[in-house]
Amino acid sequence: MRKEDSSELEISLLLEAFYHKYGYDFRQYSRAHIRRRIMSRMGLTGISDVALIQSKVLNDQTFAYELLQDLSITVTEMFRDQEFYKSVRKNVIPVLKTYPFIKIWHAGCATGQEAYSVAIILKEEGLYDRTTIYATDFNQQALDRAKEGIFSNAMMEEYALNYQLSGGIASFSDYFTFNYDRGIINQSLKKNIVWANHNLVTDSVFAEMNMIICRNVLIYFDINLQNKVQKLLYESLIPGGILGLGLKESLRFTDYSEKYTELDKKLRLFKKKY
Amino acid sequence: MRYEAIVIGVSSGGLKALRLIFSALPSGFATPIIVVQHIGPRSENSWIKLLNESCIIPIKEADEKEKVATGIYVAPSNYHLLIEKDRTFSLTVDERVNFARPSIDVLFESAAETYKEKLIGIILTGANNDGTKGVKRIKECGGLVIVQNPATAESSYMPASAIAAVQPDHIMELDQIGQLLIKITLSANI
Repeated sequence: MRKEDSSELEISLLLEAFYHKYGYDFRQYSRAHIRRRIMSRMGLTGISDVALIQSKVLNDQTFAYELLQDLSITVTEMFRDQEFYKSVRKNVIPVLKTYPFIKIWHAGCATGQEAYSVAIILKEEGLYDRTTIYATDFNQQALDRAKEGIFSNAMMEEYALNYQLSGGIASFSDYFTFNYDRGIINQSLKKNIVWANHNLVTDSVFAEMNMIICRNVLIYFDINLQNKVQKLLYESLIPGGILGLGLKESLRFTDYSEKYTELDKKLRLFKKKY
Repeated sequence: MRYEAIVIGVSSGGLKALRLIFSALPSGFATPIIVVQHIGPRSENSWIKLLNESCIIPIKEADEKEKVATGIYVAPSNYHLLIEKDRTFSLTVDERVNFARPSIDVLFESAAETYKEKLIGIILTGANNDGTKGVKRIKECGGLVIVQNPATAESSYMPASAIAAVQPDHIMELDQIGQLLIKITLSANI
């Protein structure tokens, strides 16, 4: 057997070990992505053998949690993909306005920027006070940061531009208080957000939602896992509920493409059929 | 030897360079070509349309989970593009690599792992060192590396950086690259 083949096998064994020891299941993630993240950790630690990474994962919990951070992608920004949020204002808000109470699930929220973006839109549309936003992620460290809602000034500049490009017309900085080089999001935007640890791969349905936002999460999964998670999302939506995906994500390879109508095809907003 | 895929990395001034290469390729050109061009996160992909006009082979943005087939694929803006062992595309929104997303290194390294010695990697004009680790990995896996002559490249930094890191199989002018690709992929198919 060639060396490359055994390194592939070693990655599978490492992921098995990680799952059985810690309960985090990366076995059906995009393998090219996982390989890249593991190689980068190996470069940082000077370990040149995947098998040694495996034994370190089993015996060193601190190291295992470092690797968990490597495998969990938390890159996000407020009003990421401005056109998406423009479409939310135009196409989703009118639907949400018909409900007396609104439940929105932001699945895979990472450090919370997009959940806060939704909160701002709801506030501006007069819907925030009757909404609960459930923002979940399996990465506790990211969730803890999300709860704080603190962003550096450099990030804030980018976010303010995103906000304007997404159709925001208020003064973006009014949503924050500033402390030295950081902006802290207002308590009035935090109060209806419930932050919770939930793993899309291993946990199940926890409520019926009017809208689910799950963006740039499914791209990391293989087709079987995408299908499994789409089932979970489908079962978590009320009939007529709305699903928002990342701009490069689709329902195409799943069993669920026929179960939604397209609210905005290009911007990946779908409505669950009645 | 039959090559299974060609990966190309290019940054500033890239459109002109790609046009020159692609316009030389005949309609029957069967080897898939996968391109990372550095573009801004807010850019639309109008350049794909421009490129399509100067070339017979169809050009499209790579979709996640799409099977790599004959044709030219480009990485969407703001996503890294990777190739899985089963010859499908993956997209990620991981951190920028070498200040770039899409990054040439990310594509090249994953393509090298997948295609091994059946990969051709090409570095064209560009102003940073993205792609240098990628060509190194391609060489380590036994693939073929072609680099645009830095002396005549619009921006010499990227090709020069690649040449400093590996011994490319070919250093050549843009108009020769298309001809070489035809020659090596055709002769391999006979």
